[in-house]
Amino acid sequence: MDHPIKRDHARFRNIVKGRVRDNLRDYISNGEMPLPKGDGKYKIPMPSIDTPRFKFGDQSQGGTGQGQGEQGDPVDGQEGEGEGEAGQGEAGEGEGNKELDVELSLDELASILGEELALPNIEPKGKKTMQSTTDRYTSVGTVGPDSLKHFKRSYKEALKRQVATGTYDAKNPTIIPIKADMRYRSSAQKVEFDNSAVVIYMMDVSGSMGDEQKEVVRTESFWINLWLKSQYKDIEIRYIIHDATAKEVDEETFFRTRESGGTLISSAFKLCKDIISEDYNPSEWNIYPFHFSDGDNWSTDDTKLCLDILDNDILPASNMFCYGQVESRYGSGQFYKDLIGHYKEDHEKVTLSKIKNKDAILDSIKEFLGKGK
Amino acid sequence: MTTRTKPISGELLKLKDEIHQYAIDYGLDFYPVVFEVCDYDTINILAAQGGFPSRYPHWRFGMEYDQLSKNYAYGLQKIYEMVINTDPCYAYLLKANEFIDQKLVMAHVYGHADFFKNNLWFKSTNRAMMDVMANHGTKVRRYMEKYGQDRVETFIDSVLSLENLLDINVLFETPDVQRSRESKAQEFAKQFFHDDDDDGRSSHLKSFMRSKLFTPESNKPKMPLDEDVIERKRPSHVSPRDIMMYLIENAPLQDWQADILGILREEAYYFLPQRMTKIMNEGWASYWHSTILTKKALKSSEIIEFADKHSGVMAMSRQNINPYKIGIEMMRDIEYRWDTGRFGKEYNECTDMHERENWNRPTHQGREKIFEVRKTHNDVTFIDEFFTREFCQRMQLFTYKYNPRTSRFEIDSRDFQAIKAKLLMSLTNFGQPVIEVESGNFANRGELHLIHKHQGVDLDMGYASSTLRNIQKIWGRPVNLSTIQEEKEVTFVHDGKEFRPLKS
Repeated sequence: MDHPIKRDHARFRNIVKGRVRDNLRDYISNGEMPLPKGDGKYKIPMPSIDTPRFKFGDQSQGGTGQGQGEQGDPVDGQEGEGEGEAGQGEAGEGEGNKELDVELSLDELASILGEELALPNIEPKGKKTMQSTTDRYTSVGTVGPDSLKHFKRSYKEALKRQVATGTYDAKNPTIIPIKADMRYRSSAQKVEFDNSAVVIYMMDVSGSMGDEQKEVVRTESFWINLWLKSQYKDIEIRYIIHDATAKEVDEETFFRTRESGGTLISSAFKLCKDIISEDYNPSEWNIYPFHFSDGDNWSTDDTKLCLDILDNDILPASNMFCYGQVESRYGSGQFYKDLIGHYKEDHEKVTLSKIKNKDAILDSIKEFLGKGK
Repeated sequence: MTTRTKPISGELLKLKDEIHQYAIDYGLDFYPVVFEVCDYDTINILAAQGGFPSRYPHWRFGMEYDQLSKNYAYGLQKIYEMVINTDPCYAYLLKANEFIDQKLVMAHVYGHADFFKNNLWFKSTNRAMMDVMANHGTKVRRYMEKYGQDRVETFIDSVLSLENLLDINVLFETPDVQRSRESKAQEFAKQFFHDDDDDGRSSHLKSFMRSKLFTPESNKPKMPLDEDVIERKRPSHVSPRDIMMYLIENAPLQDWQADILGILREEAYYFLPQRMTKIMNEGWASYWHSTILTKKALKSSEIIEFADKHSGVMAMSRQNINPYKIGIEMMRDIEYRWDTGRFGKEYNECTDMHERENWNRPTHQGREKIFEVRKTHNDVTFIDEFFTREFCQRMQLFTYKYNPRTSRFEIDSRDFQAIKAKLLMSLTNFGQPVIEVESGNFANRGELHLIHKHQGVDLDMGYASSTLRNIQKIWGRPVNLSTIQEEKEVTFVHDGKEFRPLKS
């Protein structure tokens, strides 16, 4: 049986998740994004959930330390216990400031987002055509690297051999394995079929999109990715920036670039269309184009062109086309009006959202993902 | 669960016998010490639960465990050993430790064990705490079954806010007072857990329950409803600083709530002596591991490794006082002074620096003196009496404080008096603010009135506000706190909804 503390631990994890859920809106609007930790976990800084007690205000209190230095020299380093204190005698009595770093897996985080926004699960279209092979170590073989050595099986083989050859001595039960006794875990390849999805982010980087607007897009795209990643096993993400011309870039550049100059949204849509037709067969892929801008377009002609591309190429191929209009001081917001005029409020494949400021991100995510497509 | 720790055997057992003999030879005096080995996960569990294998269920132990496990996994912190103040004294060794570590740890543990048994502040601790903690766990679990986990846990959350509001004088409470409480507790416990066979463990059920009337027609105790509020008068024997006891006796609590308050109070007082003697206790144990190992137990081939480990434990930091280091150095300093006659009127009044420095009257009372010190002092009196100017300079101590202009912590002073004052301040009342109950009927409205005895440092008002909210949940009526903020006397009130200054 597990130690009862595992239950306390599970309880603690639940409390933490509850806190994350309660504060999700704040996290999102502060742009505080969970840091990916590399092993599929996300780290979320959280103000400590310590029990409140009467205590002294620290700032004036200071303390005593040891070492060289003159008056006014900084007491460098971080607060907290150094390595030297590793030998704590009585634990449970420490009262330091604890900043909790909560680790949540992608699934946990996504399920919090899903619960908070009441997001429906996505029903993928298309067949499960995406082949992925996974290695599972399910069998045992006679060859392999030492790191996969199966000690118990090797030992058994050696024991069997020694008993069979009569070299086993019950009084001195030393088992010496030879090379032929060695057993190794070996893998069997398994092919799995999955739904595959691609997200294509397009963003207007013309002069009127400021840092604040980009921050909104960045935050929003993080959470959208998070949700889609929890829904599809394999997901590809492509980034397109555009002003009067469009180009495909990597994630880093996508959020950093700032151009000046005019805006031709059609340039991005064209590129998006090309990417889809080149790399993603709509019958096999779930395709999600997202476009973010402040709503300014160069001319009504170009807007017409945009609608053409959407109607004829992008929409038929995509699960859903999303347009997020980030409010900016310079943007006219005309493109939103044009789109809504053309597609009306509840078009099957077009989702439009206006994002006023950071606080509106969560609602906008809900608008985008709330359809379950 | 029971297989998580194993008794030591083989070479460790031999080592234990050896170290044990050295400890006896040096005159250390302790309850039997039971060493057990366990893996890091188990030691993390034990540490998270304050050293005890069984505690009441609560998420904070899970949080502790979460953090210890992470720190261990990232290699930030490792617990070498743990020792519990019980009879017999349990000590846990980390299985993965090297042999030299175990040697050091065992000697260190005997130091702690001696301190636990002999220091006067530990006189009244219950040495059967292992059972008591387990019983507390059982009781709380029963209450959770009966009243719901969330309800009980929420109540515990509130009570934990009071955990540091203790009166150190309670440690010297006379047995009479304790016994009368105990009998009341037993009376209730017997009736509540009437189906339990009384296996003698109830003598440890010191949960300070109030006795209550039970309806004769039912075997089960009558559980009062929420509205069932009982009038109580403030009993004269409760110290105004023993706030948990005050609430047990005066707050409108249901029986299970009062019992839990009593349980948590007992545990808080159990840990109190350890909080009051951190420097001495670690200093004493370090003094003995150092003495036993360097004088007796070390092989010459182990010296370097020992020095490495020892200096790791003794490392000082610029932000904190390392209790191990200050403790052992003060113990050695006292021994040296009493060996060379550097004490008493003549020495203290000597103003010739040269003469002071070369003072040597072979009195050889050092060892005897430190044994006496370990018996009668706590950290505050220890520092107050034996922290000398010479010692302070030798240790290169300084005080630091926050400089708002540069927004960093900076060295403030190397003045002996200032350092000593700061050290003492951080230790007084085990480093916690002194809060007293002034009245349970503030402004004749049945409100609780607490007073913060201001000693130069303001309270953190953010924390104070949440703390008051928790106390309010227990007290039921608004709770007031008088303190000093930025040199002005102020009173705040929390009425359960909001925290605001009280207009006078």
